[in-house]
Amino acid sequence: MVKEIERAGIPAVHICTIVPISRTVGANRIVPAVAIPHPLGDPARSREEEKALRRALVEKALRALETEIEEQTVF
Amino acid sequence: MAERRKAVHYLNQFFGQIGGEHKAGTEPLVKSGPVGPGVLFQELLGAEVEIAATVVCGDNYFGEHIDEATERVLSLIKGFNPAIVVAGPAFNAGRYGIACGSVCAAVVDRLGIPAVAGMHPENPGVDAYRKTVYIVETKGTTAGMREAALKMSRLVLKLVKREPLGSPEAEGYFSRGIRRNFFAGETGAVRAVSMLLKKLKGESFSTEYPMPVFDRVRPPPPVEKTGEAVLALVTSGGIVPKGNPDRLESSSATKYGKYDISERSRLTPETHETAHGGYDPTYANADPNRVLPLDVARDLEREGRIGRLYPYYFATVGNGTSVARAVQFAREIAGDLIRDGVRAVLLTST
Repeated sequence: MVKEIERAGIPAVHICTIVPISRTVGANRIVPAVAIPHPLGDPARSREEEKALRRALVEKALRALETEIEEQTVF
Repeated sequence: MAERRKAVHYLNQFFGQIGGEHKAGTEPLVKSGPVGPGVLFQELLGAEVEIAATVVCGDNYFGEHIDEATERVLSLIKGFNPAIVVAGPAFNAGRYGIACGSVCAAVVDRLGIPAVAGMHPENPGVDAYRKTVYIVETKGTTAGMREAALKMSRLVLKLVKREPLGSPEAEGYFSRGIRRNFFAGETGAVRAVSMLLKKLKGESFSTEYPMPVFDRVRPPPPVEKTGEAVLALVTSGGIVPKGNPDRLESSSATKYGKYDISERSRLTPETHETAHGGYDPTYANADPNRVLPLDVARDLEREGRIGRLYPYYFATVGNGTSVARAVQFAREIAGDLIRDGVRAVLLTST
């Protein structure tokens, strides 16, 4: 889906846990996530810590979208 | 009596009879002898190959610690000094396919023995590992278990006995991209002309030199002014309004949903849940922002870091969903996004 959205011309960042799958499906901007059942969270942390962690991942994803790249890149 | 050769079988937590998604965090462990599908494999392998042990690892543990899990599984396998390793079959399970491929590639590279896995052509493990590992083509679901076990066992027996292998098509595995010289009955010129004649007559023919297919999309230019751009959230993690109004399937999805979030500052367990059947839903249901990060996206929008969030999010279930469907969903979604002036997409996957 990431690849097809990009084919249409919109830059897309993929936040996912299993980076090799993301590479295989052709994502170009890849941000590794926390875990499969909670990619943007960590139930072991407090609510505040968890939200800070999520925010850091989304901010990293925004930076990835703002970065000029030539090939698949893991941020 | 012929020497009995040892094999080790790699399985995930489900086929290894540990449990379902709630046990997907299981760390590598050893069970003695064949387990689950291993019993069928042992029957087919007969007296010549003994499945001495089964190494089991949870799909989430593997996917979240690929290097470490590969090392640990490899060292457990090494302890049995096997002649061959069998993995799966993983059918169209992506996490499991990557795990089988990673284990088998390490076995081939580091132990110097052959390894045989089984996967559906759309399993991401095929493209990632086909060059190193014999990956037998299977159906998409466990309905293809017997057929897969027959093909895999046949290949295992040939490999341990060092019998010459036929072409990938004849043996049933995905081509590893290796060319082997042989003497053909006819010269290249004769073969090429007969191929051309078949083509002109519209008859079927098979090329001797398939061209690789590289379906890559060049990275689009970066987003210039994120603080002014419209950003859309998309997920394959199955986050839907509570009650799953569009009835997105828990696996092999045939549709996606488009859901209004214009009035929401975050997702809550009262309003949203996951319809995804491929991971333990406990954490996503307790806080759906863990999969679709609306809460922090709204904060960043308020602070001006994101120009504006698109008033809808899109969701499907990426669980054994065919590539053709995913392509169709994304084309339709992209159509909406372009029409509405969206300049950036953040897509999350579980």
